[in-house]
Amino acid sequence: MSAVEKKRPVPRFGALYVLEARMKSMLKFLWVISAIAILNPVLYLVSIGLGVGTLITNNIGPNGIDGVSYLVFIAPALLATSAIQGAMDEVIFPTLDGFKWARIFYGINSTPQTGSTIAAGVFLTAMVRTTLSVLAYSGILYLFGAMDSPHSYLAIPIAIFAGASFGAVMLAFASHVNNEDMFFTIVGRFLIGPMFLFSGTFYPLNTLPIGLQFFGWISPLWHATELGRFATYGHHISTTMVIVHVIFLLTMLVLGLIIAFRQYTKRLAK
Amino acid sequence: MSENLIEVRGLTKKYGDFLAVDGIDFIVQKSESFGLLGPNGAGKSTTMRIIAATSQRTSGEVSVLGKDPEIQGPQIRAHLGVVPQQDNLDTQLTVTENLYIYGRYFGLSKKFINSKISDLLEFAQLEEKRDTKVEALSGGMKRRLTIARSLVSEPDILILDEPTTGLDPQARHILWDRLFRLKEDGITLLLTTHYMDEAEQLCDRLIVMDKGRIMAEGNPAALIKKYSTKEVLEVRFGSNRNAVMAPAMRELCERIEVLPDRILLYTENAETVLENIVAAGHHPNTSLVRRTSLEDVFLRLTGRSLIE
Repeated sequence: MSAVEKKRPVPRFGALYVLEARMKSMLKFLWVISAIAILNPVLYLVSIGLGVGTLITNNIGPNGIDGVSYLVFIAPALLATSAIQGAMDEVIFPTLDGFKWARIFYGINSTPQTGSTIAAGVFLTAMVRTTLSVLAYSGILYLFGAMDSPHSYLAIPIAIFAGASFGAVMLAFASHVNNEDMFFTIVGRFLIGPMFLFSGTFYPLNTLPIGLQFFGWISPLWHATELGRFATYGHHISTTMVIVHVIFLLTMLVLGLIIAFRQYTKRLAK
Repeated sequence: MSENLIEVRGLTKKYGDFLAVDGIDFIVQKSESFGLLGPNGAGKSTTMRIIAATSQRTSGEVSVLGKDPEIQGPQIRAHLGVVPQQDNLDTQLTVTENLYIYGRYFGLSKKFINSKISDLLEFAQLEEKRDTKVEALSGGMKRRLTIARSLVSEPDILILDEPTTGLDPQARHILWDRLFRLKEDGITLLLTTHYMDEAEQLCDRLIVMDKGRIMAEGNPAALIKKYSTKEVLEVRFGSNRNAVMAPAMRELCERIEVLPDRILLYTENAETVLENIVAAGHHPNTSLVRRTSLEDVFLRLTGRSLIE
């Protein structure tokens, strides 16, 4: 063995090696992930986009909502939704698997990797999946004519940004979980469900009574959707609100990652 | 020339009010095979995790390869191979993929890892399973893969926490053979076990731990010599009569231990003692003559058996 190999320095950018391993695991589920990435948008577009869209067009005309067609109106929201779902799956399951089911994080932590590099690797993997899902989704949206506005491509980075923000928060959340049954109930029924219903996804948030609009204000999906509509077809919002949306998502991202990195480290040291 | 790879002084670890490790000291030298023997809950695994730089100590000094695991954890872990008590392989990946990704966590080049994989598969006797998903392997195969995985980075110290717990006798013997080969190759081994036969086979030197403290230290033969006689006679009179027979047995040998199911008589010549028992008109239901083991040392030191 050469002396150089035996030196064994701590690898720089350790998270990239965790990313590499996570990608190997993720590719084992390529079919499932692809099916979700493609079927989801098709089902949404056919049922809501075309179904509800036709109803709206027939009643208030082709550019009835926000001055654009219904499909163009919902496209940024659908993209952000898909990003959020992809990111969420790809942080929650590996985190539970790593700490609880197969305990693989404890094995990784016996190498020069640390809680932070493992958390970062899981997060980066989720971002790879999110990016690919959003790209696939936008391709399908394009085929359905939902990406017709001149700047519609801007909805792609905004959706990925939303996925990153929500993914970071869920990474922090999942790293605290001991009882996954309760966790899935809370996330599924009380977080994700209401978020999609009250984030102005399928209709403008201001059509809701003011008391219910509150749910939108605390929802990353609403902030991302507003940004997406602003960027893609010039939905009217003030510069202040643009800044508020960006800061909201950025804060989620940064806080989520800080808490997740700390909790990963703490839990592995137990 | 001896070189201390691990030095532990006054190490303690508390979990809340519970003192898991209570001020222990020991040194492990290069190429030594060092064991921590003790029952479950003795503080062995906690000690191992602190040395492996994955758990923080409460007080005391620890030096591994000249570094403090609390400060230079990743730098120390880069030179260790760790076999945990509970397997934590990636069950979705194949045998080869597990070896490969583990090497990558150390930042090793793909070329280097690939050059090692066939040797590791041979060592673990898993050549035919190289493309099998880990979830389909038997318990013994998973353990062997975990050991092979810990060797991918050519570690300076191999740390094994209860390496054969939960395996059937045949799988244990295969594993011992593998570990013995590593020992012969001069790798420094640090292992915990609650099996005295494992400790006797694999350890050059060991500490006997109980309730977070070190009860004794030395090589297995010396410990047996120091704390016990050469032979043991085990006699059973039936569970309700053992206690009644104890005083009579005590007359016939150097020392006895009365267990719920049997009496152990410590002596230099067990056959003679057995003859004397029969000559005195006592008739045990069964009797067994054997050499003393670390189990007897442990019993002597703590008044309890290792596996309860």
